[in-house]
Parts: sequence; C-alpha cells; structure tokens
Amino acid sequence: MSRADVAGAERTRPALPGTVRLAGARVGYELRAYFRERDAVVFIFAYPVIMLAIFASVFGKDDATVGPGVPFTQYFLPGMIATGVMLSSFQNIATSIAVERDQGSLKRLRGTPLPSASYFLGKVGQVLVATLLQTGLLLAAAGLLFGVDLPTSAEAWLTFSWVFVLGIAAGTLAGVAFSSVPRTSRSATAVVVPIVLVLQFISGVFFVFNDLPSWMQAIASVFPLKWLAQGMRSVFLPAGAEAFEVSGSWQHGLTAVVLVVWSVASLLVAVRTFRWLRRDES
Amino acid sequence: MTGLAVEVAGLRRSYGETRAVDGVDLAVAAGECVAVLGPNGAGKTTTVEILEGFRRRDAGDVRVLGVDPASGGRDWRSRLGIVLQSDDERLDATVTELVHHFARYYADPRDPEELIDAVGLRAKAGARGRALSGGQRRRLDVALGIVGRPELVFLDEPTTGFDPEARRAFWDLVDGLRADGTTVLLTTHYLEEAERLADRVVVVDHGRVVAEGPPATLGGRAARRAVVHWDEDGAPRQERTETPTAAVAALAARFGGEVPGLRVQRPTLEDVYLGLVGADAQEEP
Repeated sequence: MSRADVAGAERTRPALPGTVRLAGARVGYELRAYFRERDAVVFIFAYPVIMLAIFASVFGKDDATVGPGVPFTQYFLPGMIATGVMLSSFQNIATSIAVERDQGSLKRLRGTPLPSASYFLGKVGQVLVATLLQTGLLLAAAGLLFGVDLPTSAEAWLTFSWVFVLGIAAGTLAGVAFSSVPRTSRSATAVVVPIVLVLQFISGVFFVFNDLPSWMQAIASVFPLKWLAQGMRSVFLPAGAEAFEVSGSWQHGLTAVVLVVWSVASLLVAVRTFRWLRRDES
Repeated sequence: MTGLAVEVAGLRRSYGETRAVDGVDLAVAAGECVAVLGPNGAGKTTTVEILEGFRRRDAGDVRVLGVDPASGGRDWRSRLGIVLQSDDERLDATVTELVHHFARYYADPRDPEELIDAVGLRAKAGARGRALSGGQRRRLDVALGIVGRPELVFLDEPTTGFDPEARRAFWDLVDGLRADGTTVLLTTHYLEEAERLADRVVVVDHGRVVAEGPPATLGGRAARRAVVHWDEDGAPRQERTETPTAAVAALAARFGGEVPGLRVQRPTLEDVYLGLVGADAQEEP
C-alpha cells in the first residue's frame, strides 16, 4: 500500500462524514431544538396571525377598503407574511446565534470536526422549514377565518416563491451578521426586537405604506422589509392595486436587487465578523 | 512519530501589556496523563486553548498530535476530545439526542448507548441537558468530548463543583479512558485530583512553568524535607530535615524517653505547591 509510509504507526481512520450529510443532521437537530422552545415558537407562529386578526377587526370593519376593491385584511396579509419571514429568519437567527455564542455551544462545535458550512446550512434549513410552516398557517387562517381571496395564477405563486426565498436569504444572512452585536445572551432579544418592531411600523406592515410620511418611506426603502412586504402585496393584491403604491408599480426588478444586495453585503460582513468564541475569549 | 502527543516550546501570548503566557515549554508523551496546576490567571487556560486551536499565539512552536493547532483542520479535530465547561442553560436536547447527534460528526464514534452507560447517565438518558445537576452535566460534557474516540483528551477543571462521590466516579471514568491508551491533558485546582490521575504535574505561575515532575517528587528534595515538631521549655520547636528518623532518635536520647508533642510531618503535594506559587501570589499588589 502506497500510503503505508504516511500512516506509519498511527491508527488508520475512515473518512469523516460529508458536509452535506452533516448539514442534514444539523437541520434535524436545529428543528428539534427550535420546536422545543415553546414560548418562542408560539410567539413567532401566532404573532402574525394575531396581528392580522387585530388589524382585520380594527380597520376592516364595515367592509372598509384600501382604495377600490382591496379590503383591509387583504392589504395587511402580505405585510404579515413579510413580518413572519423577518421574525423567523432575522430575529430567530440573530438571537439564537448570539445565545449559542455566549453560552459556549458554538465553542463546543468548533472543537469537533463539524464543518462550518454544515452548521450554517443547518440554520438555513431550519429557517426554511419553520417559515414555510408559519406562512402556510397564516395563509390558511387568512383564507378560512378572514375570507381573503388567495391568488390562483401560477405567475403569482412564482413571484411569491422568489420574493419568499430572497427575503429568507436576506433575513438569515443579516441575522448571522447581526448576531455579533449583542454582547450577552440576556441582551440578545432586547437588542434585536426593537429593530424588528421599528421596521414593521415604517415598512408598510402595520400601516398602509402610501399613507406614511415621505421621509419615513425613504428610510424604510433602505431596509429589506419594505421590499419584502411590497413584493408580497404584488402577489396577494388584485390587478391594478399597484396604483396605490408610491411609485405606481410593483418594482419587481428593484425588489430583487435590494434583497440580493442585502444578502451579499450581509454575507461579506458575516464572513469578516463571525466568531465562534465570545469576544472576551479570543 | 516522535511519541509525543503535545510539544510546546517557548509559547508566548500577551493581552495588551499582560503577558499571560510567557515562555511555556511542555511535552506530553502519547498515553501519558499530565496535570497542569496553577492559581487563577497563571496562564493555564490560555495555554490549553492555544493547544485546542481556540486562541492564537504570539510566539513559540506548538505541535498537537503532530499538527500546528493554528492550521488544524477537520481530520485533526476529529482526533481531539475537548471537554468544555458548559454553561449552556438553554440546552433543550436530551442526553440521548446530544450523544447520538455528536457521534454523527465522527468517522468511527463510540457506541452512543454504551457511552451513556459508561459516564453513568443511563438514568438521565431522557432528561434535557438543562435539567441535569452540575455533576451530571459535566459527565455529559465528557461524553460529548470523547464520543469520537479521541487520541488526546483535554479536561479543563473537570470536577469543579463535584461532591466527593461524583469526583471519585469521574476519576474512574478517566482511568477507563487511559486504559484505552488515550492521552490526557488535565487542568485542575485540586491537588488531590492531580495526585490521583496524573503521571506528571506541571505547575504554571505568571505564565511560566515553575516546576514539573511526578506528583510524588514534585519540587525536588529541598521542598520535600520532613519537619519534626516537638515541645521544649513550654514552647513549640521544629526542625526541617532529610533524615527525620535520626532527628527523632537524637531527640529521644536528649529527653531520655518520650519526646513531648512529637510530630513528624511529610509535606503534602499541597504544601509543595503552595511553596512554589503561594508566597509569590501573596506579594501581588
């Protein structure tokens, strides 16, 4: 055997499991951990549904509409889907990685042969599965409880798919990048949640985007949530509703560009700043 | 093959003005158990974490299983067992889930169920990580550290907070590892633990190795001289000597029989250790 001289007296070891196989194992592990943390799951899953119910009841009474033919509930559904995507990608990833870093879970993983790529793919898989379930729940509630007409055209669902995937990508990567900001696991939620909350108010989730002051619209346009919500409105609002958008169109091209730029920029920041150990340890 | 699991020469690491590790030399033979002792802030953790690949170094040659930890990849990490002190309070997975999951990271892991038995967590196999007591928790840490059949295991203060019974059970567990030929590098505050487990003790203080040797001869002959105590003229007297039997015989002859308050004391490892680091530590500003 040609490798005998290299192996020498050492015990020969079989090859380590592959990155993709371990990513699969991580997805399973992450999902189990995620669904076991009941309060967080209930919050992230129920929040968009509850908010939709509140907004539908408050603004949608007496069949009020946003412009002709668009009931309030139908207008807010895309915003709630966008908010759900942001909660289960950005908020979930930013806080969970900050906590794992602070409590030493990341350090423990770093001491094993688990590839970094498998760890991150595990997070992505968990976010995908959780967000799909959550969005499905929200759509079911909207259709069955609040009588929202859901789109039937393949084109609408194709738009939904790419907006959804790009939104998850931007939110997850921004979450990884942002996870280095909170200094302790205790402060993680306190640092992340206000950002998410403010974005919800200025991005057309809680209010009709067109009604917001233009300076607020300008600020919101820098962040992904506004584009995610607008992209979802293009799916769930009837034809012609783009007349109520600020620009008078759905801006699909610009939406894709903004979400991709956020994803790439976040990835670059994350690669430069990600640490497996606490700040005081390295 | 050099037969050395760990080779360290001239290791240095500073944090700002503080020289945490200031020229440490260390060698651990394959199959050996070496305990690193030292007061808090002596540089133990920094040294060990450089060996584990967690921290970078400023200077020095380091080889762990023949590899520089700064460039150690997956294959290298699969040969190490790093037992960390975890404070992961939100650990929601159960003992069974964790051990089985970590086993998947390795090419040739131990049988997870046998390992759960070996670390004495059978009764807690279905319990979540956060529901375990401190001692059970640390045994879970050990299980996760050794599930990949490591050649070298790092134990960082493994029995801190254990009751005596749990500590003895843990020592038996380490004996089992060593019986398999595993090399062990241990840091500890407990001299009793070093004496019980280690072939060799390395005492670190102010970032340097101040003494090393087998627990029974650490510090050399001077530090190991016996002390003969007795009472004379209403006051306690003492004499340090390498020949305590002769000293007692001389006293017996002088007193013409029983020597009042006679006591012969051999220094414990603790006395030797405190002699090596204690005086220094008290002079700290």
